[in-house]
Amino acid sequence: MKSIKVYGPGCKRCETTAEMVRNAANALGLDVEVEKVTDPREIAMAGVISTPGISVDGKLVHAGGLPDASKLEGWLKS
Amino acid sequence: MSSETHPALLHREWPPIVWHLAVAVLVGVWYAVYKQLMPLSEWLVSLLPVDRNSHPGDALAFFFYDVPKVLMLLTLIVFAMGVVRSFFSPEKTRAALSGKREGIGNAMAAGLGVLTPFCSCSAVPLFIGFVSAGVPLGVTFSFLIAAPMVNEVALILLIGLVGWQVAVTYLVFGLGIAILAGFVIGKLKLEGWLQDWVQEIHLGAVSQNGLDDEPLTMVDRYRLGIAAVREIFAKVWIWIILGIALGALIHGYVPEDLMVRIMGADAWWSVPAAVVMGIPMYTNAAGIIPIVEALLGKGAALGTVLAFMMSVIALSLPEMIILRQVLTLRLIAVFIGVVGTGILMVGFLFNILF
Repeated sequence: MKSIKVYGPGCKRCETTAEMVRNAANALGLDVEVEKVTDPREIAMAGVISTPGISVDGKLVHAGGLPDASKLEGWLKS
Repeated sequence: MSSETHPALLHREWPPIVWHLAVAVLVGVWYAVYKQLMPLSEWLVSLLPVDRNSHPGDALAFFFYDVPKVLMLLTLIVFAMGVVRSFFSPEKTRAALSGKREGIGNAMAAGLGVLTPFCSCSAVPLFIGFVSAGVPLGVTFSFLIAAPMVNEVALILLIGLVGWQVAVTYLVFGLGIAILAGFVIGKLKLEGWLQDWVQEIHLGAVSQNGLDDEPLTMVDRYRLGIAAVREIFAKVWIWIILGIALGALIHGYVPEDLMVRIMGADAWWSVPAAVVMGIPMYTNAAGIIPIVEALLGKGAALGTVLAFMMSVIALSLPEMIILRQVLTLRLIAVFIGVVGTGILMVGFLFNILF
């Protein structure tokens, strides 16, 4: 099971990103755990300076803006 | 971009030359339509059962001309800015500003604040990311002041509704305030007034953001421009229409001497009053500028109106609340004080000069 973290203070784009991750995982039939990180301190410590950011199993794969749908599938599958 | 795996996106798989041509043709069409807006709006008003020379006729003509004009300017310039911004990122900006001396660093930060794609909801992570990477506090402030104040939506609306001269003035003085205010805050050496947890974060404690910058093609940049237009439109269209409608009402109905008395150049207290009134008001630039234009048209002084606008955009309560997570109240007070003083000076200067 993959552990996905979505970093963002709770703005609309961050919500949309979390939703995109869940939908993509469902579509691929993957078992994932999506956690939303809203604490500014934790966001900063993860090295995210533009939100929303995404990490997969502890590795940061994306920061800033909505993720590209096809890239998102790639991160989930890898 | 490997969107060839997405059947829904197939229609976007045009070769680059088609994209370039499509962009060129659309810009041409844009220009042709833009030139015809005035006759079009007069024709629309003439269809309505109102006298063109009456108050309602005046207000409607204003509305039907300004709404399409502003929406068209918005589309073109936001697209262009989206393409330009694709060359910048907060990560690159941080690297460019890290360890920069004050002065030159403040000027660079203000300029990059305008060009770097940045959403105010990222203000806190960005602030920490900058400070922990060795960007001086004052330089970080120059970035954070310039980013909202000098934004393309404000400039577009000023160009479209007031005139390019006022837009350039706003740009120059907005950058000036960001540079100077950041410089002053840096000189005050207020690092001790950050929240404790921010002070404790050292460079080593923050994970390095190892994201690679993927090279973008020109087509990717066009797509980012289109995405920017869609996002800005979704956010501001209602404010633009409401703002212009309110502006049209002021235009058609508010007596001229009223505004001269309240917001004219002779009333010195109007500048500080405008700044104080602007702080709790929060709309994006889109909602405020049509009102600004109508006020100017009715004799309000340029300096007072600019001060009001800058205060509404740059000193907003929601942003203070976000920054409260990293700044102590004392530092927020200094921030408001320094930026507010800069805005006051711009207001007075313009009322004296014009």
